[in-house]
Amino acid sequence: MNATKVVAPKMSGRTAASRRFSLGGLFKAREAGIVLALIALVAFTATQNSRFLSAQSIRDILLGTAILAVLAVGQATVMITRNIDLSVGSVLGLSAFAVGSLLQANQGMPVIVALIAGLVVGAACGLVNGVLVRFGQVPALVVTLGTLYAFRGAAYFWAGGEQINADELPGHFLRFGNSSILGIPWLVLIAVIVLIVAGVVLRNYRAGRELYAMGSSPQAAELAGIKVGRNTIAAFLVSGALAGIAGVLFAARFGTIDAAAGNGYELNVVAAAVVGGVAVFGGSGTVWGAGLGALLLTVIGSSLAVLDINQFWQQAIVGALILLAIGADRLVAVRVAKSLKKRDSHV
Amino acid sequence: MSDKGNRPAWLSRLASWDAAVIVITVVVLLIASGAVENFGSSRNFTFLLLDLLPIALIALPMTFVIVTGEIDLSVASTLGLTSAVMGDLWNRGLSIETIIPLCLVLGAVLGALNGFFVTVLKLPSLAVTIGTLALYRGLAFVVLGDSAVADFPRSYTSWVTGTIDGGPIPNVLIPLVVLAVVFGLALHATPVGRAVFAAGAGEQAARFAGIRVGRLKFWLYVVSGLIAGLAGVLWTLRYSSARADNGLGMELAVVAAVLLGGVSIFGGKGTLPGVLAGVVLLATLQNALRLQDVSNEALNVVTGVLLIISVLLPNIITKSRAAVQRRRKRSLASPTPESGALAGVK
Repeated sequence: MNATKVVAPKMSGRTAASRRFSLGGLFKAREAGIVLALIALVAFTATQNSRFLSAQSIRDILLGTAILAVLAVGQATVMITRNIDLSVGSVLGLSAFAVGSLLQANQGMPVIVALIAGLVVGAACGLVNGVLVRFGQVPALVVTLGTLYAFRGAAYFWAGGEQINADELPGHFLRFGNSSILGIPWLVLIAVIVLIVAGVVLRNYRAGRELYAMGSSPQAAELAGIKVGRNTIAAFLVSGALAGIAGVLFAARFGTIDAAAGNGYELNVVAAAVVGGVAVFGGSGTVWGAGLGALLLTVIGSSLAVLDINQFWQQAIVGALILLAIGADRLVAVRVAKSLKKRDSHV
Repeated sequence: MSDKGNRPAWLSRLASWDAAVIVITVVVLLIASGAVENFGSSRNFTFLLLDLLPIALIALPMTFVIVTGEIDLSVASTLGLTSAVMGDLWNRGLSIETIIPLCLVLGAVLGALNGFFVTVLKLPSLAVTIGTLALYRGLAFVVLGDSAVADFPRSYTSWVTGTIDGGPIPNVLIPLVVLAVVFGLALHATPVGRAVFAAGAGEQAARFAGIRVGRLKFWLYVVSGLIAGLAGVLWTLRYSSARADNGLGMELAVVAAVLLGGVSIFGGKGTLPGVLAGVVLLATLQNALRLQDVSNEALNVVTGVLLIISVLLPNIITKSRAAVQRRRKRSLASPTPESGALAGVK
């Protein structure tokens, strides 16, 4: 919070270092760590119960990951700019209910229109967040904590305790939630498309690089002529829009929607991004990492079920993982800062 | 503020946000007791005080934490874990006199863990306490699952729900008032309080002034956990129900109340009377709306919107005030040509 100035140089060191690492291999050290953890977890669970690797179980994991990954991509986009969006679970709920009621009234509505409707609802919420953060000049944490309440309340207002059941939704929409194309479930396909588009834009396009620059040092970005305010709004808009799409995917997958849809998701989403190596202090991380984080969390969830461990452990593990990830992040940052200092002293 | 001379002292005091919140709170209390049926009844008054108790308790150390520029989002989970452990220990047959101190120690330990991550490992408090928010709540479910433990001794539960001499004032208001006075004096009349403000205003400057900022923050987190543990014990006794999901989501209400009370989220600014007014205001609004049959979910909208307003409004006030001062300075400066030229240069 008030440590902005102290942190800035460290973060610029981080970005330099991550560039060096990426030359070494396809994955940065952190993302390689998640992949290893994933492999170990899957291998161990599979030896305990062979059903864990059955087609149905893998399908369930992928479907679960798809929704979380779409949300995590949005969260990563916001976190890279040194902000946070805690309202995503509520936006998902609002969008799921909005699209559900639309489909209830218009049974013939094509899936693509539903997706666009969800995107619009989410983008509107994201715009509210972005404008409040930009012009209020208050931490995104507080603003999105407020809208977490407000959007959820709006969903409850609208739903009024009612629930939309699967039999009230058109069949083609429910089939979209469960069917595949070329063996890949639609939901997974959409998540992969979102990941690729966001990943490429953030990595290769100016708009994306500007977000990293803002996160590394807002002052420097401002001085470099980057329109920080506009980009902040854009990042929240993206996060909101993706949460809106996730709402549609949620509705299609589960078929039953009430105002509580996605309650508490924000924690898992932040966890997925943080575990995936997106720094809370901005300026580093990739959407690939966030996607892997989402996969890891989902796999942990189903492993616990398969291993017959109390499901309640899941949340505790999520918490421990967040602490572990930010701890590791800090460790890397300190080491990089030290090595940079050493290098500078030789020059 | 340089415009002190132009206004009577009470007016400029009123213009400060925390004083304004106190006034708004009184006004809302008056309107509610006039316009809302049953609001003014002594029974409702008791419930109002009982409802605001846990939030008020936790808001006391939270004020300190936020004034130093940090945050503790794990408080409600600490409350839940304490409650779950209390239930589990009671199930195992320990006496309540042993359980309560153990629960308070547990709260302090959970707070110390936050403090360790924030001050020793120097991790951002926001991320740390989001992590422990999930961890502590998860552990609460691991301890107690989704069951509830209810059969706590009557002597304790009836004291917590009871009132002083059968009047409208609940017994538990006594420890709250004592703690509020202690925390208020500590913040506004002791070197500790000055160190807290100094650390929040500028950490490095505070360090150069000889304040051990890290140690200070560590102990603030310990106290925050301890009080959250106490709130957990009182919550459990009040509802006579130890559950893992007790106090779920309450961290938002606490942060909302503290910010509403005029504490700056950037640290270095705020008063404890303002925070208590913020707690009362939030509780009064919720209570009055609930009496009007407004649903819990709609109340969430009120909390959320209030939270946003309370962080936006002080910013807007400061900005417009600065603009007014600039204009005033210019108009004061313009009569003499030299200073007018100077102002022009500026």
